[in-house]
Amino acid sequence: MIVTFTLNGESANARVEKPLSLLDLLHDELGLPGSKAACEQGECGSCSVILDGQLVCSCLVLAADVEGSEVTTVEGVAGDDVLNGVQQAMHEAGAVQCGFCTPGIVVAATDLFARNPRPDLSEIKEALAGNICRCTGYGAIIRALEGLAGRP
Amino acid sequence: MEVYHPTTLGEALDAVDEGAMPLAGGTDLMVETNSGHIRPEHVVGLRRVAELQAWEGNRIGSGVTWRRIEHEGPRALAQAARTVGSPQIRNAGTLGGNLGTASPAGDGHPFLVAVDAEIELVSKRGTRRLGWRDFFTGVKETARDEDELITAVRLPDDLPERQEFAKIGVRNAMVIATVCVVVTRRPDGATTVGLGSVAPTPIRAARSEEMISAIARPSQTDLDEFQRLVGAEVSPITDHRSTEAYRRHAAGVLARRLLERCLR
Repeated sequence: MIVTFTLNGESANARVEKPLSLLDLLHDELGLPGSKAACEQGECGSCSVILDGQLVCSCLVLAADVEGSEVTTVEGVAGDDVLNGVQQAMHEAGAVQCGFCTPGIVVAATDLFARNPRPDLSEIKEALAGNICRCTGYGAIIRALEGLAGRP
Repeated sequence: MEVYHPTTLGEALDAVDEGAMPLAGGTDLMVETNSGHIRPEHVVGLRRVAELQAWEGNRIGSGVTWRRIEHEGPRALAQAARTVGSPQIRNAGTLGGNLGTASPAGDGHPFLVAVDAEIELVSKRGTRRLGWRDFFTGVKETARDEDELITAVRLPDDLPERQEFAKIGVRNAMVIATVCVVVTRRPDGATTVGLGSVAPTPIRAARSEEMISAIARPSQTDLDEFQRLVGAEVSPITDHRSTEAYRRHAAGVLARRLLERCLR
């Protein structure tokens, strides 16, 4: 079947002939490698995307079920060749170690700041509870986001 | 591969009647799919069906997400919702999906059994309402027929004012319950205890309820006995998540702790 949806603001089509996830569709068919495949069971958050306004794990979305939906991936959180506030803050704070979890954290944090521009520490931690950094680089990530929120 | 995207309940029922597998938030079905345990070729996605997301009084639509329950649910169900997975999982996962999967560890189940909720099932043949005892039939097994959809949960009109949920797991976020418990208590002493992860289905601790409901102001000795009875009454197993002995112990400790909160 052909699935038609809005991907990072533009219309996208894909032929889906088997029960694969949105994550696999993005990676293998649509040339968007930013969302990372790690646990593939919703535990690590590396594949986080925004689906119809909700932060979700794209590994837990059936590709054929995005018909008519709006999907934003890490490739779509900012304009071409510019960084959004979250990306800029993480860049400046050096909040990246191996980088594998970074796209998921950027998407989750972008979703947080869109809903709440001045989150406090507990709100930041809660919003990132579904994103695992195997390098355990949480300190720099949280400091970056606290800075963006205008908190010391 | 055929996936339906109905926007009305009628269309969704047509699809399940033709054998399509219901897909709610995907947080269970897609894990099974990604790991290769199942290969769903004929699916009906339910997230566009507005009727399933309706929440009126004590009738909660099956498509209501944990995110919404976390903010709008009755106290102990909201407490349970807050422990479901992560923000990503709570945005996708639904009350109805939790029931459809019917995991012994389902976080919503202890509340539903503690307040004697009913589950509403609809097919093209008609509507039926099952008490939770008839709905849960085994580990990940329910009384839902293949042509039926879980459309709503009906809570009683007079929910107990004192109600508390707690869950034990290996960490705070993203954890499947080792044991989860809800205790409710009314001013006349009537107490209910709903438990998950301690039997093939969610259960009530009937003997413990009977013992403590008869005591208006439980003493420390009464609470000790209540804790012992709950631990004796459950029938957990040892698996990769915990042991039988630990689950018995934790069930008793949690039930007592929650009862103490209800009594404050």
